[in-house]
Amino acid sequence: MKNKILNTFAEAVADIPHGASIMMSSWGTAGTPFNLILALQDHGARNLTYISQNIGGTHVIRQFPDKPGMTRYLDAMPYILLHSKQIKKVIVTWGRGTDRNPIEKMVNSGEVQAEIVPLGILVERMRIGGAGLQGFYTTTGVGTFYEKGKETKVIDGQKCILELPLRADFGFVRAYKADTLGNLVYRMTSRSINPLVAKASTVTIAEVDEIVEAGELDPECIITPGLHIDRIVKIPEGGLR
Amino acid sequence: MKQRLDRDIIAARAAKELKDGDVVNLGVGIGTLCVNFIPPEKQVVFHSENGVYAFGRVLAKGEEDLMDLNLVNAGGQFVTPAPGMSICTFADAFDAVRTGRIDVTVLGAFQVSEKGDLANVVASEVGWIGTIGGAMEMASGVKKVIVVMPHTTAEGKPKILKECTFPLTATRCVDLIVTDVAVIEVTEEGLLLKELAPGWTVNEVQAITEPKLIISPDLKEIEL
Repeated sequence: MKNKILNTFAEAVADIPHGASIMMSSWGTAGTPFNLILALQDHGARNLTYISQNIGGTHVIRQFPDKPGMTRYLDAMPYILLHSKQIKKVIVTWGRGTDRNPIEKMVNSGEVQAEIVPLGILVERMRIGGAGLQGFYTTTGVGTFYEKGKETKVIDGQKCILELPLRADFGFVRAYKADTLGNLVYRMTSRSINPLVAKASTVTIAEVDEIVEAGELDPECIITPGLHIDRIVKIPEGGLR
Repeated sequence: MKQRLDRDIIAARAAKELKDGDVVNLGVGIGTLCVNFIPPEKQVVFHSENGVYAFGRVLAKGEEDLMDLNLVNAGGQFVTPAPGMSICTFADAFDAVRTGRIDVTVLGAFQVSEKGDLANVVASEVGWIGTIGGAMEMASGVKKVIVVMPHTTAEGKPKILKECTFPLTATRCVDLIVTDVAVIEVTEEGLLLKELAPGWTVNEVQAITEPKLIISPDLKEIEL
């Protein structure tokens, strides 16, 4: 059996080259692969294309500013890859800057390129990328600024715009449990876009709370079949979970 | 200057529109406050585009013990589960929006036109579109779109216009506007003024609204 389990996050990201595209979930604390983000920063690959819903929020601290340990999450949000100047392009739906997140400044100065996509279209482009399909038509955005420059077609009397798939060289996935074959289950809204990322990436790396033997997960409840997962790392004691 | 309704009262008035059994998506801001004004006898199921159907309420400061890092709403706020909660991906959550499975959305706006066009993406004619979020899908896919917002900008300029000047989120999508001075329905004939905040007159509301308002024969004071 092929061994997918690695001991450290550093090994898991060691072959990510400069210029790679990386896809992951970023939605507050739920489902963000914090440990892989920290490892990618240490690894230092540059000129990356970053694909996610956003590039890190500060909701956590706004809602519970006094909760102990919260700043650890803020210090592992994807925007730290902007601080270390590793990102050349983002494809996201939220590109608003905050005191910790320099995205807006870096886009305005031309240091980082941004493609801002309506959220429903963004995640569908990921799903289509993961489905091995070449595109889809939607009425979302018709009659707005978003339509400009897009190929359109009338379907059932409605004007639609053509949207193309999104895939990435590497996908970072945050899951709850993996088995040794790479089958994954998630916890609540940490599912997020993780199952989409798993399918839409050429090499998919999962960080998980727990690894169990193949056969221990209920086949009916597995959300991501193991064939989409290439590497698994268990989050160690003291890691972000 | 007359008193304007506060955010909680606007949310309470919008929440009155939610019916027993409705599936509802609340936009961040005044919209999310609606959860606090649902009477217990009314069952409203909340949907959130980050993949949660049937969640409870947003946790407040001091409720850290109930907080689960894995359970957040579309605003990234920690929420409680409700009985029968189900989880899906973002993509599945938007399937329900586009196929008309969501009954009502309550969201904020920078501008609304008399035809019901919505502008809530960027508060500028020329600014960088830094954020879109799920508003385009919500506005065009949800059956009933309720806008909650102050009636005028901070500078006192109308936000209800003949034509929006800011980039549009979606065209002809708004059904009802609840502001801090009035409740206005978007109809085929134009904007129908249905309710006024206490102490406000038709002329005073018209003076801060660009399009000509049609006055409802049943015009009344806002009731909660």
